[in-house]
Formats: sequence, C-alpha cells, structure tokens
Amino acid sequence: MTTTRVELDEPKCVASGQCVLAAPEVFDQRDDDGVAVLLEEYPGEELLHDARAAEAVCPAAAIRLVER
Amino acid sequence: MSEALPRPADDAAEELPEYPLPRSARCPLAPAPAVRELRARHPVTKVRIWNGSTPWLVTRHADQRALLPDPRVSDDDLDPGFPHVNAHRAMIAPVTPRLITNTDAPEHTRLRRTVNGPFLVKRIERMRAPVQRIVDDLIDTMLAGPRPVDLLTAFALPVPSLVIAELLGVPYEDHDFFQRSSSLVLDGAAAPEEARRVSGELAAYLDDLIKRKTDDPGEDVLSEMAGRVRDGEMSHTEAVHMGVAMLIAGHETTATMIGLGTLALFEHPDQLALLRETDDPKLIANAVDELLRYLTIVQTGVRRVAKEDIEIGSVVVRKGEGIVFDLHAANWDPEAFPEAERLDLTRPARTHQAFGHGPHQCLGQNLARLELQVAYGTLYRRIPTLRAAAPIEDLSFDRTGTTYGVHSLPVTW
Repeated sequence: MTTTRVELDEPKCVASGQCVLAAPEVFDQRDDDGVAVLLEEYPGEELLHDARAAEAVCPAAAIRLVER
Repeated sequence: MSEALPRPADDAAEELPEYPLPRSARCPLAPAPAVRELRARHPVTKVRIWNGSTPWLVTRHADQRALLPDPRVSDDDLDPGFPHVNAHRAMIAPVTPRLITNTDAPEHTRLRRTVNGPFLVKRIERMRAPVQRIVDDLIDTMLAGPRPVDLLTAFALPVPSLVIAELLGVPYEDHDFFQRSSSLVLDGAAAPEEARRVSGELAAYLDDLIKRKTDDPGEDVLSEMAGRVRDGEMSHTEAVHMGVAMLIAGHETTATMIGLGTLALFEHPDQLALLRETDDPKLIANAVDELLRYLTIVQTGVRRVAKEDIEIGSVVVRKGEGIVFDLHAANWDPEAFPEAERLDLTRPARTHQAFGHGPHQCLGQNLARLELQVAYGTLYRRIPTLRAAAPIEDLSFDRTGTTYGVHSLPVTW
C-alpha cells in the first residue's frame, strides 16, 4: 500500500491561502503573515482529494504530493 | 543602386500579430478569435506590441502554469526587455518604488508577506456578514428607485467601494465621500485634471486617517498598517501608497466582474436560473470561479521577462526577451477545460488563471471571491425577474483598459 506525503516548500509560499480554501483540514495559515502551515503531513484517504486540489491551485508551486 | 535593399533585421516582425488582439464584435464575451487560433497552432509565438518590440506570447494553460511560477521568469520591469503594457507604464517604471508588483523572490516574498495579513482566508471570511449587509442595502435602495437603472452605478461599483471602506476602516460618515471620490478616480470618462485633483484628495484623506489610527487603532487594515509604521516595518508613505493601491486594484475589477457576470448570465438564462434558485454556498462558490474563468477580464496579458534562456517545447526563449501570458486564451484552453466555450456553473473551474498564476497571483483574490459570491448569490435571488433593459448589441465595452468590461448595463425587473 502506498502512503502519500505532503511536502510544503515554505520559502516559496506567497501566502495566497488557496491551499486553505481547497483543503482546510490539511492546511492552515500563520496568523501574522499568512504563510501556509501543514496540519496533516500524511493525509488519509478521505483528505487526499482535497490535498491534491491544494497542490493544483497553489500559485507558487510550493506544494507537492509524494507517493511512496 | 539597383540592388535590393538589405532586409532589415526585424523584417519578419512585419508579419507578427499585433497584441492585444481584437475581440470579435459578434461575440463580445469570448476571447479574441486570433488568440484562440494561435493557441491551437502556435502556442508559444512572437507578437508585436505598442512600442514595436516583439515579446513571446504564451497561450496554453499548461505552459502558463509551468512558467509563471518559474524563477527564471521575472517581474523586473526595469529590465530593458520587459514588455510594458503601454507607454505610461514604461515611463513610470524607473520612478516607481520597488513593490510587490515589480520584484522577484526573495524580495517579493518578503514584501508580500508584510501586506498579506488582511487577506488571510479566515479574516476575509469574517467580512462575509458586513459584505452581505452592504449588498442587501444596495438592493433595497435599487428596488425602491426607478427602473430601468444602470446596474453598474446602482450596484456593481458601490459594492467594492463600500467593502474596501469597511476593510480599510473608513468611518461610516465618510463613506459617501469615499465612494464618490473613488468612483470618479476610476471613471475613464472623467476629465484627467478632475481625476488627479480627487485622487490627491483621497491620498490626503488616507494619509490623515492613518495618522488618526496610529493614536486610536481599530480592527481594520489601516490601523494594522499604522502599527507596522510605528514598529518601523513600513514607512508612512508606503502605507498611504498601499491604501490607495488596494482601493484601485479592488474596485474596478470587482465592479467589472459583477457587471459583465450579470450580462453573461442574461445571455445564459439556464445558468442564471441555477443561481436564482440556490442558496448552496458550494454551488455559488463554483459559479464565481466559472464566471471568472469564462470572462477573464484582464485583457492586456501578464507581462514578464526571461532572466535566463528557457526552453518551452520546441521554442527557446532567450535571456532578456519579453513574455506575455494571455490569461483568457489559457482559460479557454480545451485541454484544461473541456468545451471551454460553454459557461457551465457546475464544472470544475478552480484551476482557472483569471487571477494570474505564480507568486504574483492577485493579492485580493479571496476578498474578490467573497464579494462576488455574496453579490451573485443575492442579487438574482432577491430580484428574480431581473433582466436586461437593452439588447447586448447596444452595449459598449471597454476594449482598451486593463480590464474588459461593459460601460453600463441597463436592467429592469
């Protein structure tokens, strides 16, 4: 069985919040500057669809889902 | 001198299409036919712009998605190869301070993080109730007034103006002044000296308001910027500049989307019916993104310059060459959106690039989405018989500004 891990490249993040809109249970935003915070590094089956959507809408290409 | 004259080096440029390309008069909501043609046949190709220079034009959704976040693709408008939108922008570039709109990472990242606070998803969500109240009040006034009425003046323009006043923390008693002045500043038909005078008044007003908020802060953006000025994170002038920028960037764009979106829905009665009959926030949110995709109001293209050689398919963009990204072409790319020419409020539309893509993607997009969700989600439900009071052929469109919109939209009910 493969596990999917979410990688967040924080220096690239421009804090647009698109990942929070797409996957509110996987991502949050830091209060002071809005930089993305990873809540679930290994999102389970039920959150995978949202996590992929977050990867797709991130304008800065800062989110990557890696299967292993 | 019987010999033929040598071919000038840019002879080939004679044949290049002039960008921006014109839309068809028959399909005022669709992208320029020629740009769709280029996307299909020459997705990365040279065009000629206003100053005779010949940047590359990138039209496919996938290419834009790959290139716009690429660090080799730069927003440095001081680079000699930067393909400026017009003569005015080219002229002001050397005297414009370095801002989020003309810098690259890491400087851009730092600057953007200092102005991003107000646009956090959870903070924008707290604006929903105030935005709803603004929208409801404007509809009440509209219903009590004469008809037909111009939807732009009665509704589309005041919504963003009042929302920005709320966001910035403009006191209620100044809303009238704020709305009148901001509308005038943005009115393309206003006399330039009048616009300049009122724009000066607005800047002076914001300047004074930021000073007052330094002593007596509230829960608003100007108070927050006043705090950053006090802590030495930004200068007072930068704060005023940012206040004016937020006003301008957030006003015409949202108003244009409310007006043009309503027109698009009049042209697609089955889609209008979907919105009129729903209060499902998911459907409404999706409808907003689909209308953003379908209409893609930014019509001058996103402008960048290559800082290194970049290979795109069979083409090599050389270091120092300009690149223009046509967002509407990408949003109508059938490889990204099947049957892209169909307005379908239920399709997955979230990966559209109407707000651009890459690190410079619209700072205010979450606020814009919220305003459009409330506006589209309320207007047609509260006025179910709302309809056009003039045929689309009689409407005039802004074909030259940064955003494509309808000048006025007479409606009745």
